[in-house]
Amino acid sequence: MKVSIEHLSRLARLSLSDEEKTRFAANLDSILSYIDKLNELDTAGVEPTSHVISLATVVREDVPRESLSREEALLNAPDRTEKFYRVPKIIE
Amino acid sequence: MELYRLGVQELLDMMRRGEATASEVIRSVYARIDNVEDRIRAYVTLSREEAMKMADKADEDMKAGDVKPLSGIPIAIKDNMCTLGIRTTCSSKILRNFIPPYESTVTKRLLEGGYVLTGKTNLDEFAMGSSTENSGLQVTRNPWDTGRIPGGSSGGSAAAVAADECIAALGSDTGGSIRQPASLCGVVGMKPTYGRVSRYGLVAFASSLDQIGPITKNVTDCSLMLNAISGRDPLDSTSAPVETPDFSSFVGREIKGMRIGIPKEYFIEGMDPEVEAAVREAVRRMEGLGAAPVEVSLPHTGYAVAAYYILCTSEASSNLARYDGVKYGFRAGGKDLMDMYMRSRAEGFGPEVKLRIMLGTYALSSGYYDAYYKKAQQVRTLIKNDFERALTDVDILVTPTSPTAAFKLGEKTDDPLQMYLADIFTISVNLAGVPAVSIPCGFTSGNLPMGLQLIGRHFDEGTLLQAAYAYEQSTEWHKRKPAL
Repeated sequence: MKVSIEHLSRLARLSLSDEEKTRFAANLDSILSYIDKLNELDTAGVEPTSHVISLATVVREDVPRESLSREEALLNAPDRTEKFYRVPKIIE
Repeated sequence: MELYRLGVQELLDMMRRGEATASEVIRSVYARIDNVEDRIRAYVTLSREEAMKMADKADEDMKAGDVKPLSGIPIAIKDNMCTLGIRTTCSSKILRNFIPPYESTVTKRLLEGGYVLTGKTNLDEFAMGSSTENSGLQVTRNPWDTGRIPGGSSGGSAAAVAADECIAALGSDTGGSIRQPASLCGVVGMKPTYGRVSRYGLVAFASSLDQIGPITKNVTDCSLMLNAISGRDPLDSTSAPVETPDFSSFVGREIKGMRIGIPKEYFIEGMDPEVEAAVREAVRRMEGLGAAPVEVSLPHTGYAVAAYYILCTSEASSNLARYDGVKYGFRAGGKDLMDMYMRSRAEGFGPEVKLRIMLGTYALSSGYYDAYYKKAQQVRTLIKNDFERALTDVDILVTPTSPTAAFKLGEKTDDPLQMYLADIFTISVNLAGVPAVSIPCGFTSGNLPMGLQLIGRHFDEGTLLQAAYAYEQSTEWHKRKPAL
């Protein structure tokens, strides 16, 4: 097993059941062994592609424009006060 | 002929001649939905009341002489595109009650075009899958055989078009999610060039690969839908500053002398012999129309699936970090903030989404980045170069869309890797960013549709439509309907 599921699930912010940990470990192992075939290719000196069409960084004029109202932004909040999102206690 | 059976162009013509009204068309489509939807389950949300109002509005506009490009056409939207005030779930429990406070650019453009929204269609949760079985809400069935999958992830949109539960639909395609379900449902599906269509308001899965496109009953309708949704959008910095040609002007041009490349790597072991025979026959048919087939090579084809599953999961793990149970979406209880995050995500996401987040997190984690993510980006360059090289010698490439026709429900759900390999012919196209369209090219002995994939140069959807239409018109495949 190449992967520490415990560590990964923490990084991914996923609280997994024991059953999921076992299943995902097996799935990841098999997928990663398949992905190992990329190492058959010599990619020394090959430029990585992050974007397929060459675009320079797109900028626009910094002009104020309308955005969502506070009420619209809060409409889907699972928990809120009149003006804010509400979350569980952060600091003891 | 029932109105729901018809396509976009036919209905536009009828409405403009005064032979039908938008209100009659939407009523016919809804009568069809009422009749077959319990067997297909293509829709996650039906917006019947809004649809009737939109149709009335289209009729008023047309009566007043204001005829728009899609006036009164009932269109279904995959449920990962935001529709203002109409629930948008991504077929995920985590967004089950999400009501977008804004409109996606594509649906805004369809609104400006006068469309009628039939409803929001089912998908694999967050568009991650090839069968729509990963939906967190329901299972959609293939209209040609309800014991089989419709393909995915735009399975709801493809099934709705095939079952005549809408006149056309939008899907999104990250690794084949428009073309593969279109192929398996016997309809036309196009993934435009990356950057052709704005992604603003499309719930992000893998931002460097995602692209929105049409699913339609024929090639002409595909060109009309592409006209409506294309173009640079200041709200999506990756939408390309290129002109939108009139795509329908390519429809009807002959293909004499067109050079069509047949990539030898796309005829592999494990491919259904009926699919191979159908594709070879389609090539002969195009040759008969004056096209010149040549064998070409895309040597890195065998590495596409591996590179894709590193890139798409890495991007997904980052994009899906926003679901934290705070601003929108599902929240579970927790003893503190971290506990709340971890439980909300664990309970809100389904198994395939969690697996992909884990894989992407691994690929991006400290110490593994170069070995996986950077390596996959380099392989992406090699794949992109393959296409650019091949497409200098030929005008388009012709391949199967999927190695098999629709498989049975449950057949591949236990093995994620087997499911990933269902997209073996479509994934490279997203990595290269080129456009591709799937069109029907025959039926198996079991009466299941098979699809032909045409692949073109960047921003050359026109040539694809030209070739697709010429082939389509030389066959009767697009006229067949499932017996429902």
